[in-house]
Amino acid sequence: MDKREELTGLLSSFICHASSHLPDDVVARLKQMKEVENEGFAATIYDAMFENLKLADELKRPSCQDTGVIQFFVKVGTKFPYMDELADILKDAVLKATKEAPLRHNAVEVFDEKNTGNNTGYRIPWIDWDLVPGRDDIEVYLYMAGGGCSLPGFAKVLMPLEGYEGVVKAVFDQMTTYGVNACPPCLVGIGIAGSAEVAAKLSKKALLRPVGSHNPNPRAAMMEEEIEKGLNEIGLGPGGLRGKLSVMGVNIEQAARHPATIAVGMNTACWAHRRAGIRIGSDLSYEFFTHKGVTL
Amino acid sequence: MSTYELTMPVSDEDIKKLKVGDVIFITGTIVTGRDDVHHRVVKQGKKFPVDIKGKAIFHAGPIMKQNDDGSYKVVSVGPTTSMRMESAQAEFLAKTGCKIIIGKGGMGPKTTQGCIDNVAVHTIFPGGCAVIAAEEVTKVSGVEWLDLGMPEAAWILEAEKFGPLIVSIDSEGNNLIDENKVLFAERKGPVVERIAKKLDFLE
Repeated sequence: MDKREELTGLLSSFICHASSHLPDDVVARLKQMKEVENEGFAATIYDAMFENLKLADELKRPSCQDTGVIQFFVKVGTKFPYMDELADILKDAVLKATKEAPLRHNAVEVFDEKNTGNNTGYRIPWIDWDLVPGRDDIEVYLYMAGGGCSLPGFAKVLMPLEGYEGVVKAVFDQMTTYGVNACPPCLVGIGIAGSAEVAAKLSKKALLRPVGSHNPNPRAAMMEEEIEKGLNEIGLGPGGLRGKLSVMGVNIEQAARHPATIAVGMNTACWAHRRAGIRIGSDLSYEFFTHKGVTL
Repeated sequence: MSTYELTMPVSDEDIKKLKVGDVIFITGTIVTGRDDVHHRVVKQGKKFPVDIKGKAIFHAGPIMKQNDDGSYKVVSVGPTTSMRMESAQAEFLAKTGCKIIIGKGGMGPKTTQGCIDNVAVHTIFPGGCAVIAAEEVTKVSGVEWLDLGMPEAAWILEAEKFGPLIVSIDSEGNNLIDENKVLFAERKGPVVERIAKKLDFLE
């Protein structure tokens, strides 16, 4: 097998595994939340969630039928030997995983309004690149952007006098309306920046950070904690059916803003947060760091 | 709050006894239909190709696998966001005689009125629990409108004791998720006010 085929196979297995198994940090947080949500519908739903994860593992099937539009966030070392071919390899891996998992067909060409039937399409899979000078390895994050969890997403530009208060208000408004339908308990990703597209992109990158991690800026970390605590007090419960909690967590990412704008972006990850991360060396050895102990 | 097992087709009497918060398990024919199916039936005025009078429409876009003999098997099928069908649902109920809507999250006032007028219910299957649902389907008896693609086609499923389905809109017009949203909105105000006081970072 040539190296290109080997890398395609590895990435395809990575996608297949992620479609059936949640990352370690998400499972750990859901277990903690299940202990608290021990009454009424909330308890019934949590039981179903864990039974579903067990069945998905046993039967080797995607745990949710909506395996999303496939998005990759890649940190690529500028000396990675397969850099020139990586975009094509990622696309081939999606084609292969679509048949093998199997994944649902989720790429609909805009304007033509036709489902391509193979999860690839114009600019899809979506690939976001970060170059890492001097390194010869890559870090690939996969996110399966489902319809339900993508619906609450928004970005808008506030005026500075609306302040960070405006950010909080926008997030709470969205989470208590659209968020109810997005398979809570969600992980909430917030981006704060100077323009809409930067804030939106950072809000998705925030979802790639582990549940329970904190922004290194103390004010940002405080804001994450306060919003998480506040949302939990509202008690959306699993599925919006009420409970003692609402969210798995709140992650914020920021970029320096323009003096005259505070842009906010928000994205949610549903409880079935299919995010996965893998580090692949120049010799194609790998570390599947979001799903410890898994051999692909 | 009660638990019922129902066999389809269901009657008006079966539906009238259901109240929000009840849990039901249903046996019989369930047909999937999401945005495009509702668009075709309601906006484009096409006849729904399956008789679902007294049966269930499932807001779901499954993952299906075709067997060697051409038949299909459900790999994974869970509920999708019902609210997307709000603009068309009431008219869809009137046109098809469908009695049970299965989805996730809430639906709005038009559907609530539709449930009163057509003696129907909206129910919630636990979101993201698509393998459980697939295991409750005993047979795929056909598919219509496959030109819409795998998620949007109308898959005809035979199910046994399909659930748990939590009744979220009943035929008297009670709406569980709407009631919850009122409560969430009430709780939101003081919480946002409290947090905002801690976030005056501007110099």
